Amino acid sequence: MDSPKKIVAKYEIGYTQFLDPSGKLNYPLPLSLQENPLLIEMYQAMVRTRVFDAKAILLQRTGQLGTYPSILGQEAIGVGIGAAMDEHDVFCPYYRDLGTQFWRGVKMAEILLYWGGDERGSCFANNPQDFPICVPVASQTLHAVGVATAFKLRNEARAVVTTIGDGGTSRGDFYESLNVAGVWQLPLVLVINNNQWAISVPRNKQTFTATLAEKGIAAGILGQQVDGNDVIAVFHAVQEGIQRAKQGGGPSLIEAMSYRMSDHTTADDAKRYRLASEVEAHRLEDPIARLKHYLMSGQKWNETDETNLQEKAKAEVDNAVEEYLRIEPNAPSVMFDSLYATLPRALESQRQEVLHGIKSKNE
Amino acid sequence: MNELTLVEAINQALAYELAVDSTVVVFGEDVGQNGGVFRATLDLQAKFGEKRVFDTPLAENMIAGLAVGMASQGMKPVAEIQFMGFIYAAIDQIINHAARLRNRTQGRLSCPLVVRTPFGAGIHAPEHHSESTEALFVHIPGLRVVIPSSPARAYGLLLAAIRDPDPVIFLEPTRLYRLFKEAVPNSGEALPLDVSFVLREGTDVTLISWGSMMHETLMAAEELSRLGISAEVIDVATLKPLDMATILVSVEKTGRCVIIHEAARTSGVGAEIAAELAEKALTFLLAPIQRVTGFDTIVPLYKLESYYLPSKEKIIQTVKKVMEYT
Repeated sequence: MDSPKKIVAKYEIGYTQFLDPSGKLNYPLPLSLQENPLLIEMYQAMVRTRVFDAKAILLQRTGQLGTYPSILGQEAIGVGIGAAMDEHDVFCPYYRDLGTQFWRGVKMAEILLYWGGDERGSCFANNPQDFPICVPVASQTLHAVGVATAFKLRNEARAVVTTIGDGGTSRGDFYESLNVAGVWQLPLVLVINNNQWAISVPRNKQTFTATLAEKGIAAGILGQQVDGNDVIAVFHAVQEGIQRAKQGGGPSLIEAMSYRMSDHTTADDAKRYRLASEVEAHRLEDPIARLKHYLMSGQKWNETDETNLQEKAKAEVDNAVEEYLRIEPNAPSVMFDSLYATLPRALESQRQEVLHGIKSKNE
Repeated sequence: MNELTLVEAINQALAYELAVDSTVVVFGEDVGQNGGVFRATLDLQAKFGEKRVFDTPLAENMIAGLAVGMASQGMKPVAEIQFMGFIYAAIDQIINHAARLRNRTQGRLSCPLVVRTPFGAGIHAPEHHSESTEALFVHIPGLRVVIPSSPARAYGLLLAAIRDPDPVIFLEPTRLYRLFKEAVPNSGEALPLDVSFVLREGTDVTLISWGSMMHETLMAAEELSRLGISAEVIDVATLKPLDMATILVSVEKTGRCVIIHEAARTSGVGAEIAAELAEKALTFLLAPIQRVTGFDTIVPLYKLESYYLPSKEKIIQTVKKVMEYT
């Protein structure tokens, strides 16, 4: 017999999609995207990002770049976030966030420099407030919590956006971040890039929950799913989250549904663990193709625009590659220069060894 | 003069810095209303408010990550981890982020935070409350590891740690928290970091220690002087970076060296000091370098902890042994 219980709490997880995979707009554009060029700018940014991504893989394959994680198929998430953020907000990325980083002023050459094995790639000349790419999975969400706490304590009307992959949501840092953000009502937007795969482990082996968005419920945080291949839905949800954060409404959690079309990184071979047919099926959901179709069908974009954009993007990427390849390697002694604000005396002899000692580099 | 225990000196330093630097924030588990389980943060929340001194949810990794994020924004977080036995959950954030943020952004972002935690045995605490695992952090490039051994040094070194532009792991010897008092003027004057302190000058043997074992080491030196043995005593104080210059000057003078620490022997910081001495001062040595340390065992529960801790007698016996070499 059922125990005589009453329902004390109920939760629902919503899913938002404006633009379907065929490029059909099923709801009116959000107000902030009407009567302005922002949607076209987002399209252009997605294309630039994709052109860069393809080039980066090529550079790696030809020995001119180290291991690189492709963002193929997830351009809408990064660009949607970037377009929704204000310049003085802070972004704490993981490592598939090129769209956001480029939008916020990180230079293509800097990203190449980072994956090309040079710390100067995280200097971000035009984006001094954002965190660098974060490799230890999920740990960046706690930095975002710290930054958001600083904003709240100082009564600054700024928000923090952080991103994480689906695999990262299994980690304690993610839950700890949600918990603090909830209890302190921090100005934080946490976006999960649910690209279905954490290297070789699929989403259904990470967690038994129906959605990742519902992970926010335990922390009292509003969670929702959006179509992560619909840049309009991503932009709209992140913009709402940022507005809520700045108005003192606390944090939000957005699960952006997407698919990792590429290997995990250039060091991975996804054919070992997933079928080509699965990948092919997701090609129909491509974020760029659907937006292009929508823009063209509304006469907001044409083939000449497209040709021009492709050429411009290619030139921009080629220039960035040239800039990257021109940069001389750092002097070996720089490994001491930013270790501390001032190099402790105890380390001086080791620095001198690098500067003047027996050549230690194996040729 | 203001006579304080070590834990009161910590409290005085925190209060001083909270008062003079509006970017300083103090947080951790139970540090607010309760004033910390050892009362290191007693009354600070009442004095400075909940925006400056606050409790966090119970998650050490989160506390460290929070501190990294706040530090990146120009704040000076002073985070308390309740016991060193619980700091391991925070090691990912400390090693992968706090220690590296300046270097990985080539100085664009930095991490001026302090993680304070009580450490060491000898207070009859429960399991996991007695460890001395300072060597874990001493191994990590980018960190400072600072350990006071008296109320005055606790005050001066904590001020220095908070003012330092880089991350500092500040380990407070629990056994010394209330063991003795000394004059600690609330001068706001920091002591230098990266410097070891010669607490007692001598000519026959150099005794090197830190933290709570300074207490036994100083008592041993006193007793040895009555036996006609002149011991120089060095409080390492900053374990990373290590001030070998001060140690070398002393050992080159005395020719004998005994290193005393509470932590387990293998790969303890004593091993590093001994290796440095072997590399740089071997020809000055009259006797083998000796270590008096905790055993390579798990710190026993409290009925046996006094057998684990190095004793004054062990230090004296070891010194007598090295004095046989002339």
